[in-house]
Amino acid sequence: MEMEVLNLTAVGPAGAAFAAQVGAEAGTDVFSCYQCGKCSAGCPISYAMDYQPRQIMRLVQLGLKDEALKSSTIWLCASCATCTTRCPREVEIATVMDTLRAMARREGYPYKERNIAAFHRAFLNAVAGGGRAYELGMILSYKMATFELIKDIDLGLTWLRQGKLKFFPERIHGAAAVRDIFDKVREIERKEVAAQREGRPVAHEGTEGHS
Amino acid sequence: MRRVGVFVCWCGSNIAGMVDIEQVKAAAAKMPNVVYVEDNKYTCSEPGQAAIQKAIKEQNLDRVVVAACSPRMHENTFRRTVSGAGLNAYLLEIANIREHCSWVHPDKAAGTKKAVDLVRRAVYKVAKNVPLQRASIDVTKKALVIGGGIAGIQAALDIADAGQPVVIVEKTPSIGGHMAQLDKTFPTLDCSACILTPKMVDAAQNQNITLMTWSEVEKVEGYIGNFTVTIRKKARHIDTTKCTGCGICWSKCPAKLPSEFDLGLGQRKAIYVPFPQAIPNKPVIDEKNCIYFKTGKCKACQIFCPAGAIAFDQKDELIEEKFGAIIVATGYEQWDPSPYGEYGYGRYKDVITGLEFERLVNASGPTEGKIKRPSDGKIPKDVVIIQCVGSRDEAKGIPYCSKTCCMYSAKHAILLDEKIHAHPYVFYMDVRTPGKGYEEFYKRATEEHHATYIRGRVSKVYQKGDKLVCLGEDTLLGKKVAVEADMVILASAMVHQPAASKLAQTLGISYDQNHFYTEAHAKLRPVETNTAGIFLAGACQGPKDIPETVAQASAAASKAIGLLSKAKLETEPLVAQVNEGICSGCLWCKPICPYKAIDGKVIKERIAGGKTIERTVASVNASLCQGCGACTVACRTGAMNVLGFTNEHILAEVDALCL
Repeated sequence: MEMEVLNLTAVGPAGAAFAAQVGAEAGTDVFSCYQCGKCSAGCPISYAMDYQPRQIMRLVQLGLKDEALKSSTIWLCASCATCTTRCPREVEIATVMDTLRAMARREGYPYKERNIAAFHRAFLNAVAGGGRAYELGMILSYKMATFELIKDIDLGLTWLRQGKLKFFPERIHGAAAVRDIFDKVREIERKEVAAQREGRPVAHEGTEGHS
Repeated sequence: MRRVGVFVCWCGSNIAGMVDIEQVKAAAAKMPNVVYVEDNKYTCSEPGQAAIQKAIKEQNLDRVVVAACSPRMHENTFRRTVSGAGLNAYLLEIANIREHCSWVHPDKAAGTKKAVDLVRRAVYKVAKNVPLQRASIDVTKKALVIGGGIAGIQAALDIADAGQPVVIVEKTPSIGGHMAQLDKTFPTLDCSACILTPKMVDAAQNQNITLMTWSEVEKVEGYIGNFTVTIRKKARHIDTTKCTGCGICWSKCPAKLPSEFDLGLGQRKAIYVPFPQAIPNKPVIDEKNCIYFKTGKCKACQIFCPAGAIAFDQKDELIEEKFGAIIVATGYEQWDPSPYGEYGYGRYKDVITGLEFERLVNASGPTEGKIKRPSDGKIPKDVVIIQCVGSRDEAKGIPYCSKTCCMYSAKHAILLDEKIHAHPYVFYMDVRTPGKGYEEFYKRATEEHHATYIRGRVSKVYQKGDKLVCLGEDTLLGKKVAVEADMVILASAMVHQPAASKLAQTLGISYDQNHFYTEAHAKLRPVETNTAGIFLAGACQGPKDIPETVAQASAAASKAIGLLSKAKLETEPLVAQVNEGICSGCLWCKPICPYKAIDGKVIKERIAGGKTIERTVASVNASLCQGCGACTVACRTGAMNVLGFTNEHILAEVDALCL
């Protein structure tokens, strides 16, 4: 089978802009990466990834946006930041992964790992609702989203028996303030998506772009 | 009966760990002529040497064998030791029981047996040794530097500063070499001409330096301290005493030719100086292309020359001069990348070499420093730089790494971004930056100038519209990539000068399989050759950048200064000697001698009947002879012998080992 050829010049200024944007949003210099591979070698999830973390950095440097944002790697990353801690060039690799996830979501790229995206959403919805994690509600909404209703049910029952899962969410003081934060972030994201569609530069208000 | 003393060294555990010293001592005590045996932990130490001297006096020794390390390490040390005790230095033999024995044997019993054999060999040989005397020769206090690039200029300036006269012989019309062609220099990006031309001017103005440009070394005879060199001063067809370098001649000359200095990217005239800052700033006439020389008509230069300096009838001159030391600084050439058909050099105008790019970006170059691509003068937007073109490629190029290309490619990438905001794509296999400030410079290219480095060799360059598409693999991604470039720069290898081997033969020095001159020792004698009095500087010895070249040139100069500062030179007495009585005069030894030390001479001889006849015999110039022994092997009558290694010596050694 003829291997696909990536045309590096066809990427053009958009590629350079993508690299620059990732660097700016992640607060790191993506061109510092010298491809030593220490990040990939230490990554606990790398066995499951389609691109190694080092290769994601490479795709960003080359401005190959589609390849990077369609990868499974950005979703599989567990944000443990072992890569960042060990990087000899002090590149914020874990933050770059976060940034790419946010970017993929913002720009409507199909999620390569749907379940993981659903998990993130279920978690955030739970927090948005009660101000802190509500495990049972989160599990149910994750199961509804993925239709994997009976998978892991043994584990769930064990947890219930041991009292690790509470039936009702716990309320915290200041749940309203948490809701306000979520509203504010959604507002920012709406603006960003709109800006993206109209081709305007995205303004950042100090958000780290958590999805 | 000789009185031989044997001194066995432990060298700590280096020898004693694998050789039973007591057994060696016991065996040595029974060998013929041996009257005294002693061991020492470190014979080369001061107490170890003192023990030898004490034994020589107390035991009345007349020969000494030291069983220790290689003679390369300490033969001279022990020669001084024995002569300090009043013995002739050549009544010493070394038995190498370390490098040749303990270091290479895993078995102590076998190692001990071999050590005994090696000691016996030395004992048998030393019995045949006779006292030898060193001679002394005069030194001509003048140095010759061959090549007027940065290496030659630096070496000449250092020698001149030490107060010794120097002659620089340069084959092109001006000194300056390749460095004069470069634009900026890594890793500081200072302009090449700005740091070179002051040195060129210094060389021209220094009272101790004589410049002989447009000249070549034709013949070298003699030996260390006393070389006789014939230099061909090619006809310049200019009376340099009259010429003022005003430039009217070359502005009037109608013959336009591709400029060698601009690598064919620009033009020169048939009467020309190669570049504006040339030294001397006096033109030469290119006889092959001058209209007057071809047709007998024109003479425009002569008509317009206000100084009357044109001399069409000038002929080549042969100048013979004596020198005490020679520094070879003939530099390198850039490899012609035509064998890479897949890169299209020569077929696509916009595929150029690194050196050609230097001319394109240089303010004194054919585009006045504006980076325009050669085909249509367009300013390139995307530029591919291909590294290792010719280098590290035994199939099409040369096996070695050219050492400078990684750095000059990073420089080109920076210049492309800085000057015309072009995007550089650098295809590389490894990036090698082992120099002060070099890694930082490379980092600057990737981080500040966003040069895209792609790990992989370009497989093919082809034209698509007005673009040159470069196909390669990004081996870090494991994906094939294509770059549509406006211009392609080939970081072509550094190779030897075409005439390097010819000059080596003229000088009697050796060169390697890549035609780079060979140093006497890769680590410990890096600027000397195997021929005494001839030194190496710069890229003629192997690829080098400017800092390294300058350092090596100063090192070679200091060697030459050391030699020239001596009133007399001591010669090694271990040289070939002819027994004229049995020499048949066949002179087979003469062409075999690599040092040109042997010649025939006619001697008169009285034979039976009272008649006197004349016959030819071989004659060895002891100053040239390096004692290699090639002649002794060639000699059919056994008339030729190397002192200290005579046939008698060698047979004694064979007896010691085999009987």
